[in-house]
Amino acid sequence: MRHGTREYSLWTIAIVLVLLFALIPVLWLISVSLKPPSEIIDQRFIPASVSLDNYKSLFEGGLDGSPFLRPLINSIAIALITTVIAITLASFTAYAIARLEFPGKRLILAGALAIAMFPPISTVGPLFDMWRAIGIYDTYLGLIIPYLTFALPLAIYVLVAFFREIPWDLEQAAQVDGATPWQAFRKVILPLAAPGVFTAAILVFIFCWNDFVFSISLTSSDASRTVPAALAFFTGESTFTEPTGSIAAAAVVVTIPIIVFVLVFQRRIVSGLTAGAVKG
Amino acid sequence: MEASAQRAPAKVSSRTRSERKLAWMLCAPAVLAMLAVTAYPVGYAVVLSLQKIDLRFPEQTEFIGLANYGTVLSSELWWTDVFNTVVIMVVSVAIELVLGMAIALVMHRAIFARGAVRTVVLIPYGIITVVAAFAWQFAFASDSGFVNNLPLVPDEMNWFGGHISSLAVIILAEIWKTTPFMALLLLAGLVTIDNGLYEAARVDGASAWQRFVKITLPLMKPAILVAVLFRTLEAFRVFDSIFIMTRGAQNTESVSILGFNQLINRLNLGLGSAVSVLIFLFVLVIAFIFVKGFGVKAEEGRPGA
Repeated sequence: MRHGTREYSLWTIAIVLVLLFALIPVLWLISVSLKPPSEIIDQRFIPASVSLDNYKSLFEGGLDGSPFLRPLINSIAIALITTVIAITLASFTAYAIARLEFPGKRLILAGALAIAMFPPISTVGPLFDMWRAIGIYDTYLGLIIPYLTFALPLAIYVLVAFFREIPWDLEQAAQVDGATPWQAFRKVILPLAAPGVFTAAILVFIFCWNDFVFSISLTSSDASRTVPAALAFFTGESTFTEPTGSIAAAAVVVTIPIIVFVLVFQRRIVSGLTAGAVKG
Repeated sequence: MEASAQRAPAKVSSRTRSERKLAWMLCAPAVLAMLAVTAYPVGYAVVLSLQKIDLRFPEQTEFIGLANYGTVLSSELWWTDVFNTVVIMVVSVAIELVLGMAIALVMHRAIFARGAVRTVVLIPYGIITVVAAFAWQFAFASDSGFVNNLPLVPDEMNWFGGHISSLAVIILAEIWKTTPFMALLLLAGLVTIDNGLYEAARVDGASAWQRFVKITLPLMKPAILVAVLFRTLEAFRVFDSIFIMTRGAQNTESVSILGFNQLINRLNLGLGSAVSVLIFLFVLVIAFIFVKGFGVKAEEGRPGA
């Protein structure tokens, strides 16, 4: 089909608008992070001069002095641990839901959906009280448990959708060859399911990486505070300087790797985000 | 399903029993983990909400029935915050729906650069909400932001100095962050529509707008309703953007911010828990309205991210 010049220009405008919409805040953050402190308030979208001072000050003082390094490590560790546990548990459940027949299947799916709609703030108070009573307030575990709860529905739904696409026959073939259901799961299904598992893992990681409500409510120090909460507590060099530059630099540091990751695995993420609709 | 139907009836009982046992064993850990931080804490929140319990004065703890609910429901702050939350929710979801549909159409129909658009649109999804909130806060800051430097924008505009302008920036940040997800859900609905329908309509002389209104919208109604339900429930929890941009100043507090302030800042577990339970009930009511009122098949939905 041939397209007229008018059609080309209209689509060009539409595409440029979408690209601007998605990119402007990111480019702006990068711009602010590169401005020398004296030029932060120049209101220019493109920095007049470029300096890495904001990035240097982020990591100054090493593990104990830097306001950013410890939260960064916490964020990575907590998100990774949660992802591994959530994907493991969700794989078991999704396998059962996609491949086995049992009473309670619909209840589990409906319950998972209900939890996904659940307002996290409603659990913050009781968790705050319980975690202090049992001594896991302000620890990794204290964040991993709630993250796990809210990541599991997401992981289960994405995995069920992927598991349903896996050819049934192969498992039956394995069972005919004498494999137990467990062996059929481990030796046949898991390798076939790897792409779906990986996609679910990306989505769960991003979910944990993004959380703010739990991190700001259930931590009180850099022992377990994650980056989003730490950013909210950033202070300037003195009481009179705004921490704008260092927040922007920290924001860029935690954003660029995720953007690269999202762009590289774009296709998978889109299929994971959209193919999840499940008919119980 | 298919597997069990193929099995011979004679073998069903023992085979079925072992299958059920395996299924339950596989599901148990995830189910327990999900219940541990929802069912139990919500039950506990209900218990806390019936007590006068302030962690700063723990010796004064006592059972006071529904008094906390009375305090919350008769306070002006609670209703102001409910109003703010509903405004943010309705405005952001409405704009997201229109914008998300436009972006979905670009991703679906653009005659070039479709891949690039699909890729770039994922960027807001990958960015931490708090980071996005900072980006917009810096952009609109009256002393350092580039927005006031733009043509047509008054240089002296103090965006975070007024109620409406603060809410507008908060809503903008919410829209930017979550429109991609809406667009992707709508795109998934778009691709299922048979292209032949459009061709036939074109032959009959239907304009692009008519094709959109008469074919696309009706066929996408279920996908749209599910996407709107999930985004509405998510928008009702709005917390991160407000916390970062205004901390509730200029009367921009949402119910989640109110709950947080009572629970974590004031350590008033009783009142805070009453707020938590009320938020939970609101979410139930919204979901109920969608399912009963609009006939949304929630089971066709999926957890958002």
